[in-house]
Amino acid sequence: MNQFNTFLASFKNLTTAGYLFYGLGLITLISAISVVTAKNPIHSVLALIFTFFCLTGHYMLLNAQFLAIVNIIVYAGAIMVLFLFAIMFLNLKEEDEEAKTNVTKMAAVIVGGVLMVLLLSIFNYAPVGTYNPASFDAKTGLVERLGIVLYSDYILPFELASILFLVAMVGAVMLGKREAGDPHF
Amino acid sequence: MELTVLVIKSLVILAVFGITLLIATYSTYAERKVAAFLQDRIGPNRAGPFGLLQPIADAGKMFFKEDFIPAQANKWLFILGPCLAMLTALMSSAVIPFGDSIRYGSFEVPVQGIDVNVGVLYVFGVVSLGVYGVMIGGWASNNKFSLLGAIRAASQNISYEVALGLSIIAILMMTGSLSLRHIVNEQNGFFQWNVFTQPLGFVIFLTCAFAECNRTPFDLPECETELVGGYHTEYSSMKLGFYLFAEYINMFTSSAIISTLYFGGFQYPFMHQVHDALVDSLGSTVGHNIATGIGTAVLFGKIFFFIFFFMWVRWTIPRFRFDQLMNLGWKTLIPLSILNVVLTGAGLLFDKFKYATWLIVIVMIIMAATNAIKAPRRKPVTVPQL
Repeated sequence: MNQFNTFLASFKNLTTAGYLFYGLGLITLISAISVVTAKNPIHSVLALIFTFFCLTGHYMLLNAQFLAIVNIIVYAGAIMVLFLFAIMFLNLKEEDEEAKTNVTKMAAVIVGGVLMVLLLSIFNYAPVGTYNPASFDAKTGLVERLGIVLYSDYILPFELASILFLVAMVGAVMLGKREAGDPHF
Repeated sequence: MELTVLVIKSLVILAVFGITLLIATYSTYAERKVAAFLQDRIGPNRAGPFGLLQPIADAGKMFFKEDFIPAQANKWLFILGPCLAMLTALMSSAVIPFGDSIRYGSFEVPVQGIDVNVGVLYVFGVVSLGVYGVMIGGWASNNKFSLLGAIRAASQNISYEVALGLSIIAILMMTGSLSLRHIVNEQNGFFQWNVFTQPLGFVIFLTCAFAECNRTPFDLPECETELVGGYHTEYSSMKLGFYLFAEYINMFTSSAIISTLYFGGFQYPFMHQVHDALVDSLGSTVGHNIATGIGTAVLFGKIFFFIFFFMWVRWTIPRFRFDQLMNLGWKTLIPLSILNVVLTGAGLLFDKFKYATWLIVIVMIIMAATNAIKAPRRKPVTVPQL
């Protein structure tokens, strides 16, 4: 009860950004929960897209405009379109009960629970960076700074990641390539 | 932010919004007039003088038609589809710089919705969201033709987005900024316009813009001969109207973006001389504002030209086949735009030379010429003697 009172007291002292964060966080959680509870797979995908928009809002609050827009372009604009594509073609309208036996449900609960405990403990002990409002550089997180950091301090991981993408792309092309005996359509 | 600045800013945003809608409305009229002109007809001329009230009559008709939702359709998604199409179409004009700035007292307010430093990416993100309206509408109609049309539209948009993005990268490399205002300011001077420094990039961007707007020759999502009406087969009334209207808004925004990225935006030759002369004769406030107005008018002239160009192409060139469309996108435009990026980078590294991509254009022209010369001549058809 005491903790709740201190929470209420701190809630009164929030800045605008703080209220935005809590409101956005609530919406994010609701939409993320509806991703897993939705009966219709299309609704589930739409809820996931909405969740990505909420995450974009969080990036905006963190002053990371570039990440925010890239999150929309890559996740909401490209990957989720392909998800919708696949689900529309599969035509999964009703819930497929046969695929969900008790064993898979139990396994899912155990794995999910372990993951949640792990994440909670990690975030509990992880060092959270602090900042000084007086000396804070307002350009942190904007695209110029991000580019300088990516191409100087993190050049090797960055290039390795791009090679990984290239390999994945070549592999996908090879798997999807039409071979000699395949039918044309 | 001061209250006056806020008022001017909101007036600018409202004006941009209203002008977008107005131009999109009259684009439907212009489309019919251009089609009529190209086909040697008269076109709409009954409603009002020169048929100028025709768009309003059309909208009235659309609103009063029966609003039909198919029985097996997913009702909410069926309504959400056109709303999303309209929303995403209207969002992208927010970052386009329509003019220099308005001076009011000591304030200087840019004629632009928002000047974000990721403007190009914002446009790109909104464009990539545009496909949801079509996909959701097509799927929710519960009709095979609608679904196929929606899938076609989605695959077409995704394919051409890649080449679209790659063709912009060359501009970003030359400008060093993602802000659209910065890109416009870099193009001061007629031969600094990106259409002269990036001729190939401009052609690729223009082609991809046609594909993104689902305009002929890439209007395969609503190909009547194969798909009945495409993704909006089941739609009627204003929901259909929103889908059609969204296409015209997209046409306006893509014309504005082409003018901004490649044709100097609100810049025109001798702009600084005109600006200085006006400031000298009318004072720094009025003169500056009038100079801004001239720049805005010039930009709108460019935009109208590109809208006309969209219509001109629509009524001139026949439609592609779907495999041709995919081959053009993946096998021609993407490699060409990557080559464009590489050559631009080489030119910039070598003494900041901006016109390096003309090399590709020259090579392509030479190849086309040699092909035309080497091609076997078709013998004149001899009439058999009887």
